Amino acid sequence: MTCLPVQTDKKLGLVIDLDTCVGCQACVTACKEWNTGGHMAPLTDIDPFGGHVDGVWFNRVHAYEHTTELGGRTVNFPRSCLHCEQPACVTVCPTGASYKRASDGIVLVDEDKCIGCKLCSWACPYGAREFDTDVGVMKKCTLCVDRIYNDNLAEDDRVPACVAACPTSARHFGDLGDPTSAISQLVEERGGVALMPELGYQPTNRYLPPRARSQRAAKVDAPALVPIKAEGGFLGWIDRMLSN
Amino acid sequence: MHPAFSVVFFTTATGAGYGLLALLGLLGGLGFIPADFWLGLVGMALALGVIAAGLLSSTGHLGRPERAWRAFSQWRSSWLSREGVASVATFIPAGLFGIGWVLLGKSSGWVAAAGLLAAAGAVMTVCTTGMIYASLKPIAQWHSRYTLPAYLTFAAMTGSVLANALLQGFRQGSRAMLAWALLATLAGWGWKLATWRYNDRLEIPTTANTATGLSGGTVRSIEWPHTEENYLLKEMGFRIARKHSAKLRRITQALAFAVPAILLAIAFFLPWPLGAIASMFAAGAQFAGMLVERWLFFAEAKHTVTLYYGRE
Repeated sequence: MTCLPVQTDKKLGLVIDLDTCVGCQACVTACKEWNTGGHMAPLTDIDPFGGHVDGVWFNRVHAYEHTTELGGRTVNFPRSCLHCEQPACVTVCPTGASYKRASDGIVLVDEDKCIGCKLCSWACPYGAREFDTDVGVMKKCTLCVDRIYNDNLAEDDRVPACVAACPTSARHFGDLGDPTSAISQLVEERGGVALMPELGYQPTNRYLPPRARSQRAAKVDAPALVPIKAEGGFLGWIDRMLSN
Repeated sequence: MHPAFSVVFFTTATGAGYGLLALLGLLGGLGFIPADFWLGLVGMALALGVIAAGLLSSTGHLGRPERAWRAFSQWRSSWLSREGVASVATFIPAGLFGIGWVLLGKSSGWVAAAGLLAAAGAVMTVCTTGMIYASLKPIAQWHSRYTLPAYLTFAAMTGSVLANALLQGFRQGSRAMLAWALLATLAGWGWKLATWRYNDRLEIPTTANTATGLSGGTVRSIEWPHTEENYLLKEMGFRIARKHSAKLRRITQALAFAVPAILLAIAFFLPWPLGAIASMFAAGAQFAGMLVERWLFFAEAKHTVTLYYGRE
C-alpha cells in the first residue's frame, strides 16, 4: 500500500560528513558491486564500453565549490536516497510497488509490481531513483536491507556497503529516530542538516557541514631566513665576483 | 522535463475527448441536442475514440505495460491511480448513454442520468490528470494554482470547439454553441498567458544551497559524478533554448487560440457548409496548437534535481 505509515519504529538512515569526504568514489563502487547482486539486482549498465555509457547507480558523488566571504573550498557531495519521512515517491506510485516500511522507515521498490511509469522519479526532488531501461522498472537505494539484517555476515559488517567502504569514515549508519544513538548524537554535535527542508519531505538522512576553517595561520618556530653577509677575504671576493 | 510524445499526446487527446464527452452527456442528457443516430454515433465515436487513443498512448510511456492493470489499486494515495480508475469508470455511464442516446434514440429517464454521470466522470478524470502534475513539489512550474484550472479550461475549450464542429457538420449548429466555443477559446488563451506570466516571474526558494545543505555564499558544480548524461539528466534535465521557447509560445498562441478564434468568429457570418468547414478547421488547428502547448508545458518545467548538476 502506498499510504505512508503514521509512525515508524526506527528511522534508519545515513549521516554523511561533508568535512571528511574526499570524493574517492569508493562508496559508489562498493554500492554498485553489492547491489548489482542484491535486493534490486541487476544495476544494469547500457553500452558500458561504448561512447554513450549509461547505467543505474544508487549513489553518486558530486563536487562543488562553495564560496563565501571567508573564501572558497571544494566540497565532495555524495547523493543517494534520504529515506524521507514524507516520501512523495511512495504516495504517487499507482501500483503499490513503492512502499515505506513501518518497522525501520526504509523506502523500497517491489520490482515485480513496478510498471515503470517513472512518476516516482519525478516526485523525488533529490534524484534518488533511477530507471532501468533494460528491465523496465524503477530502482533505488535499499539502505542495503540485504546486509544490515544479514545473519551470514559478521556483526561489524551489517552496515550498508557504502558505509563499510568509506576510507575516511565520512559515512555513518544508524537509527536517527533514537536521540540517544551514536549517529543522532553526531548530528546534534556537528549541527547536521536536512536537504531541501522547504519542500517538506522530511528526509531521514543528515549531512554534516564542513567544519569552520581556522583563522590562525600555522605557527612556525624557526626564525626567518636572513641574507648572508658579504664578508671580506677570499670568500667575500668570490661572493662579490659572483654577484656581479 | 523531457517532453515524451506519448504523454504529450495522451494529455492533449484525453482532454479534448473528455471535454467533448462531457458536453455531449450534458447537452444530450438535458435535451439540448436532439437524439440523432448519425450525429450521436459520430460524436460518441469521436469522443471515446480520442480518449481510448490517448489512454493507449499513455501505456507507451511505461517500462512494463503488461502490468498496467496494477495501476488501478492505489487510488487512496496516488493521483495517477485515481486517473486510471476515473478514466475507466467513466466508460460505464458513457457506454450506457451511447446505447440509449444513439441506438435507442432516447434522451430522457435513465439515458439522461447516464449522460449526466458520464459528464461528471469526464470532469473528474480531467481533474485527476491535472492533479498528477499539480501535486509534484519538485517542479515549481507545475506545483502551482494555475495547473489544475489549466487542465479543466483546456479540456472544456478543446471539447467545445470539437462539439461545435460536430454540430455544425450535421447542420445542428447554433449561434449559442459558436459563441460558447469562441468564449472558451478566449478563456483558454487568457489562462495560458497568465500562467506564462506567473512562471516567468517565479522565484523558487530551492537553490543549490538548500539542495546541498551548504549555507551562505554560492555553490558551483565543478564536477559531475559521471561523464555522460544519465537517466536523471535525460528525463528531468531537458533544456530548451530561450529563443525556441519564445517561438513555440507564439506558435501555440497562433494555432491553439488566435486562428480558432478568428475562424469561429467568421463562422457566425458564413452559410452552411462554409461555417461547418471553418469550425472543423478551427478544431484541427486548436488540437495541433494544444500539442505544442503541452510539449512546452513539459519542456519549460524545471525539476529540482537539475540544481545538483549546476543547471539553473
